[in-house]
Amino acid sequence: MPDTALEAVIGLEIHVQLSTRTKMFCGCELSFGDDPNVHTCPICLAHPGVLPVPNEEAIRYALKIGMALGCEIAPRSIFHRKNYFYPDNPKAYQISQYDIPICGAGKLGDIRITRAHLEEDAAKSIHLGDSGRIHGSGASLVDFNRGGTPLVEIVTEPDLRGAAEAAEWARLLRETVRQLGVSDVNMEEGSLRVDANVSVRPAGSTELGTKTELKNMNSFRFLQRGIEAELERQRELLGAGGTVEQETLHFDPASGELTSLRSKEEAHDYRYFPEPDLVAIAPTEALLAEARDSLPELPAARTARYEAELGLDEAQARLLAGDPEQAGYFEAVVAAVGEGAEPRVVANWVTGELTAALRASEDAERPEPGVLADLIGAVASKQVSHAGGKQVLAILVADRDADVAEVVEREGLAQMGGDDGELAGIVAAAIAGDPAAAEQIRSGNGKAIGAIVGAVMRETGGRADGGEVNRLIREQLGL
Amino acid sequence: MADLLDLTVAEAAAKIAAGEISADEYGAAWRAAAAGDELNAYLWTADGADALETDWNGDGESAPAGEGDATPYGSNAPAPAASGPLAGIPIAIKDIFTTQGIPTTAGSRILEGYRPPYTASAVRRLTAAGAHVLGKTNMDEFAMGSSNENSAYGPVLNPWDRGRVPGGSSGGSAAAVAGGLAPAALGTDTGGSIRQPASLCGIVGLKPTYGAISRFGMIAFASSLDQCGPFTRDVTDAALLLGVLQGKDPLDSTSVGIEGGIALPTREDLAGLRFGVPRELGEATLDAGVRAVFEATVARIEELGGQIVEITLPHAEHGISAYYVIAPAEASSNLARFDGVRYGLREAGDEDLIEMYERTRSEGFGAEVKRRIMLGTYALSSGYYDAYYGQAQKVRTRIAQDFDTAFAEVDFVITPTSPSVAFGLGAKTDDPLAMYLNDFFTVPMSLAGIPAIALPAGLAAPEDGGAGAPQLPVGFQIAAPAFAEQKLLDAAHALEGALGFAAAVGDALPWKGGARA
Repeated sequence: MPDTALEAVIGLEIHVQLSTRTKMFCGCELSFGDDPNVHTCPICLAHPGVLPVPNEEAIRYALKIGMALGCEIAPRSIFHRKNYFYPDNPKAYQISQYDIPICGAGKLGDIRITRAHLEEDAAKSIHLGDSGRIHGSGASLVDFNRGGTPLVEIVTEPDLRGAAEAAEWARLLRETVRQLGVSDVNMEEGSLRVDANVSVRPAGSTELGTKTELKNMNSFRFLQRGIEAELERQRELLGAGGTVEQETLHFDPASGELTSLRSKEEAHDYRYFPEPDLVAIAPTEALLAEARDSLPELPAARTARYEAELGLDEAQARLLAGDPEQAGYFEAVVAAVGEGAEPRVVANWVTGELTAALRASEDAERPEPGVLADLIGAVASKQVSHAGGKQVLAILVADRDADVAEVVEREGLAQMGGDDGELAGIVAAAIAGDPAAAEQIRSGNGKAIGAIVGAVMRETGGRADGGEVNRLIREQLGL
Repeated sequence: MADLLDLTVAEAAAKIAAGEISADEYGAAWRAAAAGDELNAYLWTADGADALETDWNGDGESAPAGEGDATPYGSNAPAPAASGPLAGIPIAIKDIFTTQGIPTTAGSRILEGYRPPYTASAVRRLTAAGAHVLGKTNMDEFAMGSSNENSAYGPVLNPWDRGRVPGGSSGGSAAAVAGGLAPAALGTDTGGSIRQPASLCGIVGLKPTYGAISRFGMIAFASSLDQCGPFTRDVTDAALLLGVLQGKDPLDSTSVGIEGGIALPTREDLAGLRFGVPRELGEATLDAGVRAVFEATVARIEELGGQIVEITLPHAEHGISAYYVIAPAEASSNLARFDGVRYGLREAGDEDLIEMYERTRSEGFGAEVKRRIMLGTYALSSGYYDAYYGQAQKVRTRIAQDFDTAFAEVDFVITPTSPSVAFGLGAKTDDPLAMYLNDFFTVPMSLAGIPAIALPAGLAAPEDGGAGAPQLPVGFQIAAPAFAEQKLLDAAHALEGALGFAAAVGDALPWKGGARA
């Protein structure tokens, strides 16, 4: 029996491939999908006698990531060697950071960051054979194109309490890093790789249970499914009186299965020691200032600002903040509308009606912010109905020169007010034309009002304001 | 011919530049001398058949016939510049430096047949100054050793007495210069690998400050200690080569160069200079003949106006212990890349990858290299790191502080270079600890990263030689603060002149015919 009273405790380890021009410690260009072993040199092939020289751009990128995650930047950080034998690790050590990473403690959203450090990626092993794994393979090939690509590894505290929360937070991290312009953050191509450390414990406990490490979840959906599967497994195991073993698990997206890669007993002793071929990274004030000044407003900050200053709800604020280009447009429309409409109304137009209108046609383009602001203002002041407004918008996205007032005039979309009696007359005619619906409304079936409203809208060509039509129907039916 | 070979590098370079001698004739004379190597000093020479068979671009074919003739150094050797301070000078290169297309083994079977795709920065600096690669010299495997008996390609013989070792690990470079097979040579020093063989071969060996010369292309033994330096017949040549070799290299993050460069030394006195003699020397195990030469040299310093001051290096006695933790630890990591996957020896495994690794490394490495890899792996292991590597680094810091304290009072620290003169082949091969003690006087400077020069100071009878054994050279070591090479060379030049070692030995010098055919 799975023990559902067990609380999930999840921490993530995220590898971000930096999109620098060249590798971390040599001058070879970064690539994806090129012929094998064309982006190599004596240094990244670890020929005898070569030495690493750190990529300054990668250090800049790491500083940007650290600042975006609110990390403390180490005044002096050092590289270590992580020693292990494998053909995709040509020096037989990976140059990484160990006890003094470039970025220390930080926070993104509610989740604490332990550290973020610089390292180099391994090359790619290709095992010939059915399984694609080394066991049972007749031969293995190594493509060193990827070997030495700069990576930033970000480690969180075990602050996440569920699979969905973990996937959601990972999306926020991806968006944050993407907006820094330092990585492609593409999970399928491996420029963003998320591993999860998963454990469970009795709710309310402050101690950590034995964790397992999950690897190979190459989409947010798989990340969530992998964690869900592992939580289920651990809860079942503990519910049956068993214990969780510390091990590394491989997630198979096709089957949803988790298989053990290695247990604690098989864990490597990496024999870390300070890399003697490199000097410490000691960022100058100028380098720090440059990184700080280049930071855009990041999703978490922008979401908070939209909630606090513009009164947007969280979901709407986050949706806009996740797309800085759209957010910039939104802010321009808000400015142009001025007092004409609430920012939340503008947000609805931008994320709702405008997005739908743009999707309708390949040639559709956003109107100038001032033009959309005119339209939103006209709807807000009831010069045009909401439905009429959508018709105007469909024309605006197809014709960048169109003017709101002119379109309203030309298409006869000026809203019918309730004061001249015209709309009241149409409503009366519609009630008379559908006595059955009118009877149902009177007897308390509120839904029946739709039929009458629909008739009025057809008659007015959508120029009537829906709220006003509703009011008039109820008034005329004496409700 | 012999006249040409009697010239120092500085003299030959000046005569070539002035048109007094022909660079071609000079080069040909040295290539002929190197080809007559009876000391096993060379693993590869420019005139060997190998030169023209070299697959210089890795296309599976040798250089086209005739092309090799255009440059007598082999079409594969880095092309020397037409002019420069070393124009026309052939230099022997320790086989630990990569040379594009030219076999580079580091004295190991695991790199047998390996031809690097690039050339070491230090060698490029020499060729950019007009020098040629004369040959690649034998060495202890991966620079691990003090006698050159750890080479996979056989021991090098000492040109003063072919039954004795030349020292190590740069034994081939030292023997080539002392034996008249090269006018100068490049070596590396990790714990004494330039100074000790220079001492045992009666020539000048300079270990510069860590960071003075690029390590790019120097096959790493212990990265935080390795430093390249010259072997020469005299101090002036050492200065000439250091001036060319030193400098910051964008390919080596730890290189800094020597500010202001290096001028040829002219100093003739030692007035106003203070020389510190470690008090601990009194208790050191030292051959009586070596001690006598040291004391006579101290007296000579005073005659030149130098002042002798007693200093203390209280932690230096732990230098060997710290060194034999730090150097193997780094080596265990540096040598892990020799895995049979990409280059060099591969012994296929029948079962799996691990077997391939094990067989390749078992077959490819010699006993001393394996010993140090195991020592180093152990020292870095989880649970032992603090007790060994961490502790050794603390000792290293203390030793560096000892020197800082001493240099607040004195300009130089002086010691013998090696506790004994050259010992017999095989005398210490069964006792690694006795072998390690050869580095007793040289290791502290390596740990502190400071420059030190070994000068031939006199002759002494070997204690293991019996009555009537020929006298052998004794070295004298002068150490200076970091980057004080100019001051060090100036003082060494003055002392060298006063000692008159080469003049005193005269025609008995091996390079004057003793070992030359």
